[in-house]
Amino acid sequence: MSRTVVSSIVVIGAGPAGLAATRAAADTGADVTLIDAAPKLGGQYHRQDARTGDERFALPAGVQHLRESVVWAIEPIDGGHRAHVRTGPADSPDRTGTSIDAAALVLATGAYDRALPFPGWDLPGVFTAGAAQALAKGQGVAVGSRVLVAGTGPFLLPVASSLVGVGAEVVAILEANAAVRGWLSNPFGALAGAGKAGELAAYAATLVRHRIPYRARRAVIEAHGADRVEAVTTARLDADWSPLPGSEKTMEVDAVAVGFGFTPQLELAVSARCELRDGFVVVDAAQATSVPGVFAAGELTGIGGATLSAAEGAVAGAAAARHVGAEVRPPLQAMRRIRSGRRFAAALGEAYPVRPGWRTWLRDDTLVCRCEEVDYAALRGARNDRDATGSRSLKLVSRAGLGLCQGRVCGANVAELSGIDDPAAFAGRPMAVPLRLCELAGADPEATPEIEPGVKV
Amino acid sequence: MVSPDIVVIGAGVIGAACAEALSAAGARVTVLDRGAPASGTTAAGEGNVLVSDKAPGPELELAQASRKLWPELLAALAEELGPELADAEWEPKGGLVVATGDESAAPLRDFAGAQRAAGVRADPVTAAEAGALEPHLTKAITAAVHYPEDAQLQPVLAATALLAAVRARGGEVRSGVRAIGIEADAGGAFKAVLTDRGAIACAAVVNACGPWAGAFAADAGAPIAVLPRRGMVLVTAPLPYTVRHKVYDADYVGAVASGDADLQTSTVVESTGTGTILIGSSRQRVGFEERFEVRVLAELARKAQRLFPILARVPVMRAYGGFRPYAPDHLPIIGADPRVPGLWHATGHEGAGIGLAAATGRMIADLYAEKETAVDASPFRVDRPAVIEEVAA
Ligand SMILES: Cc1cc2nc3c(=O)[nH]c(=O)nc-3n(C[C@H](O)[C@H](O)[C@H](O)COP(=O)(O)OP(=O)(O)OC[C@H]3O[C@@H](n4cnc5c(N)ncnc54)[C@H](O)[C@@H]3O)c2cc1C
Ligand SMILES: Cc1cc2nc3c(=O)[nH]c(=O)nc-3n(C[C@H](O)[C@H](O)[C@H](O)COP(=O)(O)OP(=O)(O)OC[C@H]3O[C@@H](n4cnc5c(N)ncnc54)[C@H](O)[C@@H]3O)c2cc1C
Repeated sequence: MSRTVVSSIVVIGAGPAGLAATRAAADTGADVTLIDAAPKLGGQYHRQDARTGDERFALPAGVQHLRESVVWAIEPIDGGHRAHVRTGPADSPDRTGTSIDAAALVLATGAYDRALPFPGWDLPGVFTAGAAQALAKGQGVAVGSRVLVAGTGPFLLPVASSLVGVGAEVVAILEANAAVRGWLSNPFGALAGAGKAGELAAYAATLVRHRIPYRARRAVIEAHGADRVEAVTTARLDADWSPLPGSEKTMEVDAVAVGFGFTPQLELAVSARCELRDGFVVVDAAQATSVPGVFAAGELTGIGGATLSAAEGAVAGAAAARHVGAEVRPPLQAMRRIRSGRRFAAALGEAYPVRPGWRTWLRDDTLVCRCEEVDYAALRGARNDRDATGSRSLKLVSRAGLGLCQGRVCGANVAELSGIDDPAAFAGRPMAVPLRLCELAGADPEATPEIEPGVKV
Repeated sequence: MVSPDIVVIGAGVIGAACAEALSAAGARVTVLDRGAPASGTTAAGEGNVLVSDKAPGPELELAQASRKLWPELLAALAEELGPELADAEWEPKGGLVVATGDESAAPLRDFAGAQRAAGVRADPVTAAEAGALEPHLTKAITAAVHYPEDAQLQPVLAATALLAAVRARGGEVRSGVRAIGIEADAGGAFKAVLTDRGAIACAAVVNACGPWAGAFAADAGAPIAVLPRRGMVLVTAPLPYTVRHKVYDADYVGAVASGDADLQTSTVVESTGTGTILIGSSRQRVGFEERFEVRVLAELARKAQRLFPILARVPVMRAYGGFRPYAPDHLPIIGADPRVPGLWHATGHEGAGIGLAAATGRMIADLYAEKETAVDASPFRVDRPAVIEEVAA
């Protein structure tokens, strides 16, 4: 059974963007509820160790924080939106339901990292870089003892550094793109552009101290092993990311962490019907989306790092407060930071794109969707023999994206492999997370659930 | 390029079935869709091929013909295209309709009796027999009827298999082409279909635009009343045990025949080949409003849980929905438009288009060839008052 609560501003996501939005909105005196699925504040970048009791972040007085609370749906209501929330550990059968009516909504749901498929990527021991880092930061667990970090972008460095921090040997970092010249000329310069010089110097020092080689234009193109990964084949790539024949090398590792940029966590923005462009939420200078009363900040609007996310959050929080009638001073400093941050984000996007040659890493029997075990040949067959050229029909013919992850892992890859020119083609999920049938049955605050006698809910 | 004889607008299951039947009769067919094939309503529904939910009358007759035709058609396609390309997950698993309240028990028995008189296999079963057919079903049953003829297929596979046959016979399937009207010659004879990619000369056009058929008909100068009726479905994670039949709450029958705008749900619970369970479905007349409503999902969940208490803790992975195309008198529209020579319609199948597609395609092909139809086509004719007089201005 659900109860309804009213809050003038609801912020969803407690990463750098959501925290900044919460503070900015609460500073105006507005009444704010901050909701995050994690037990602690901070989001991905500031992920805290879940095992300890202390909390690194303080929220302004009066802010209501719903921890371990996932927003599984939002719907429009008169004068705002209603967020439907379940609170409790993700797998617990005893989560409670709340719905919160808000006059303004700030979406700050962040992004998850993208893995590209290659033969053997479905072996145990192959992780996304983000998962490897989350395990290291959140649980103190190393995914392996000899780990290869591969992919593209400056985010690989903190991942390697976190792995070293929990005792893993990082055998190398492979950057699929070329080393960038000019102000992004070294891997550590990239993030420094966002005002992170100190942090990056620390990563650099870690890499040097641990003698971790950094190789540009190289990628893992195959993982080998019987029950889990035992070795990988890496290859040098041409400008398009096609492997150069003869450049293959084999390395013995017991884990691989791969990260090829980020995919925004769009489902709430899609169900709020915010306009998207190139797979991100479109916002104006006040971080307002195309839907009145809905603001967005952070990786949802573009990938540009934690500093930019926080600046966007500050502006979104102020704008949301203004939307509910609070007296607000224009957040000029944050707006300036957004402008320079976006320039940096654009440079980042240009320097570390995903190039189409990755498709040549796949073989006919390489899985493109792990949940439903759909291989590349089956995906091509769906398109070529069954006219499955749209995301809906492609899913239903090939089954790619129909499994438990609902396309979060494979959606962007499947779209690209099938020539569907919309990175958000698989992002629509009216239910943002799975819910038990009994939770759904009790979700409607205006109805009394009729539960079969004898069934404990 | 050789001109087609016939252009079918809309590559949903209905357009695909018409194109298949016309090409089997020897016509050169081109199918157009403004989007991707089989991505409209056909990708938004379940794949029930039912006789159980239909009262005696013309729609039941069409459903009975279609139920008979589907397996024959799929077998013929398997012969022609090979089993893999023709696979549509056809499963003649049978349906079980149960009443859970005292007030619905008698109407269910009467309904089944009338269907038996019309030639439907509708076998009354006791609560114990129902429990044997469906071990996890609620014990709170007041009446139950077993319908062995009810079957299921996967709509997108079915539609794309039909389209593959059209192509194998030299026809064409073009996506991303929107039909915007038709062109007649000076004497008023049909000349071409107009699209956003140019005109296509042909002898006839079939409007199979599903819930958007009214818009194309208006563009072609012959408006018909086809309206959308929203429906939502829930999908669970794959389960180790299964629901063996298609199991309906007897309230299904009432909702199908009703025209209420407000929310109606009628529970249908069934498992698919991969172990997921589909829970359908709601009916709302809200135009083309795609807004997602939690109360609709909650209602579906409550009723499914009442029918199968064991499902209470099963994770629901997703919800999806679409717009059933319906005519104000709730009968499909199949045939030539007497107002515009060369214009044909095959639409308005509401919540039964998957089931009715096979017989609809055959009917269009027979009417086009001026042959006698297997089922009386006159109830579905285009120029009935409900279809051409009630069109909103
Ligand atoms: C796994 C991972 C690790 C990263 N590590 C680093 C790093 O070490 N250094 C670095 O510079 N950058 C890192 N990045 C990039 C960094 O995440 C971003 O720059 C920054 O954290 C983005 O901030 P954000 O507020 O937009 O989103 P996030 O920090 O991702 O926060 C989003 C929050 O929203 C919550 N959320 C999402 N959906 C829901 C929902 N439906 N209901 C409730 N809560 C929800 C999530 O629980 C999460 O806490 C990492 C990214 C990822 C994906
Ligand atoms: C929730 C739900 C559950 C259902 N369950 C069942 C069931 O179990 N059994 C059953 O039999 N039926 C069921 N149905 C009904 C069934 O899905 C429909 O009757 C059937 O899919 C209609 O098919 P169609 O080909 O007429 O329409 P569609 O599949 O919508 O095809 C029409 C096509 O026309 C195209 N189009 C439209 N306008 C133009 C234009 N101007 N130019 C070019 N192309 C155009 C569209 O892009 C679309 O692809 C269900 C429906 C819903 C919504």
